[in-house]
Amino acid sequence: MNKPQKKDVFYWFLYFALPLIILIIWESFDRAGKLKPYTMPSLEKLFDTTVEYAKNGQLLTNIGVSVSLVLEGFFLALVTALIIGMLVSLFPKFDTFTDLIIQILKPIPPIAWIPLAILWFGIGQESKIFIIFIGAVFPVFLNTVDGVKTIDKKYFELAKVYEIPKSELIKNIIIPGALPSIMTGIRLGVGNAWVSVVAAEMIGATKGVGYMLSNGRSLSRPDIVILGMLLVGVFGKIMDDILRLLRKKVITWL
Amino acid sequence: MAVENIVEIKHLTKVFNDGKNEVRALEDIGLEIKEGSFTSIIGGSGCGKSTMLRIIGGIDIEYTGEVLVNGSKVTAPSREKGFVFQDHRLLPWLTVKENIRFSLPKEQKKNDALIKEYLELVGLSDFENSLPKQLSGGMAQRVAIARALANKPKILLLDEPFGALDAITKVNLQEELLKIWQKEKITMIIVTHDIDEAVYLGENVVVMTPRPGRIKQIYKTDLGTPRLRTGSLFAKAREDIYKEFFKEAEIPFTYNI
Repeated sequence: MNKPQKKDVFYWFLYFALPLIILIIWESFDRAGKLKPYTMPSLEKLFDTTVEYAKNGQLLTNIGVSVSLVLEGFFLALVTALIIGMLVSLFPKFDTFTDLIIQILKPIPPIAWIPLAILWFGIGQESKIFIIFIGAVFPVFLNTVDGVKTIDKKYFELAKVYEIPKSELIKNIIIPGALPSIMTGIRLGVGNAWVSVVAAEMIGATKGVGYMLSNGRSLSRPDIVILGMLLVGVFGKIMDDILRLLRKKVITWL
Repeated sequence: MAVENIVEIKHLTKVFNDGKNEVRALEDIGLEIKEGSFTSIIGGSGCGKSTMLRIIGGIDIEYTGEVLVNGSKVTAPSREKGFVFQDHRLLPWLTVKENIRFSLPKEQKKNDALIKEYLELVGLSDFENSLPKQLSGGMAQRVAIARALANKPKILLLDEPFGALDAITKVNLQEELLKIWQKEKITMIIVTHDIDEAVYLGENVVVMTPRPGRIKQIYKTDLGTPRLRTGSLFAKAREDIYKEFFKEAEIPFTYNI
């Protein structure tokens, strides 16, 4: 493993160097007159559009809609995945009972659920929450099961020696033992939820960052499309950073 | 009636069978251990010494023969049979204090004084709020011993508890264990592959040989009071055990002046 780098001036220079280079190339293409406004906006145009969207409130509305959808869908997925994951881990018979259906549903990508979601729930928020749920539930579920499975057997032996009742075994060995893996599942799940919301909004929506993308395309406004993409990227990173920080706070023993 | 022999083993045989091969881990073991005594069980790897300890502790309960602890047949692990593993086996997510609390019976869960008492006994009062990762190997093993003792076992079973520690820490912990034994008057059985450890700690040293696991000899050791690692009594006792494992010519000279 690499040694953690010291975060000195050079580190930050290196960290921002590549984005800066890309911006410089972008700008020089513009100055050389190589950019066509209907395929690639100038940096200036992108900046203006960002300011315009920020001022008229569309920036905040679209992000707000997508983020709150992700939170709702993800929370539903989290609760479901933890409950089913624990049941599957604790009861081998329940595992057998559910295994085949889970194995078959798992490879179906969230996007493939969009047609059915629209037929079932229409093009409102419910269908998006459903898609997000599908995208987030499997990573959390699989990592929960895996987390319980990889708990060192010696701790169960310890629990037998001290006659630990099952409820306490779950609270003090199974949950903390599986927690690092569950946290990984949560990070993957939120990532998937974010990808799913963009996909769902692109297909049928009137608000949200995904809608910005499809709307920008139909208006032949690449500046709106790129702004939407940047929002997806930046907010995805912020959410991941928050979860990484949370993991550090929650898992103090590693 | 008080039971004089806290452990009684008669015709204990244990066979491991993985479907293809049959390994006779223990064959026709007979052993009696007096209440309050300190017994060492020594032997090379594969002689079944750990298996025997795990059977006494109720962790391994598939065997033939009779194993009685405190007069009743062993069918499951229990708090009265304290068990210290080679690894400290502290839960990494709980502090030292909470690790001990976790092991306690329901009615003692809130007894902070009890937890303090046993942390003090092993000299770790200042570390009650530390996480296992902040402890050295020796300290973690001390917590494991405190955890076992806080449950007030009738008998303490130690499965190569100091096997993974460095030589100096090991000697220190042996001294402490001996002091605890004298103070708490608990029956102790230690399994080890270290001849010095077996001789220094055990009043009785059970020598086992592998394939099949059998008891070859039981030595009574008397190292005087207090026990000295450097005295001639120790050298003599150690030599006896050495002879069980090596031919005479292989024993290096020992000087005790």
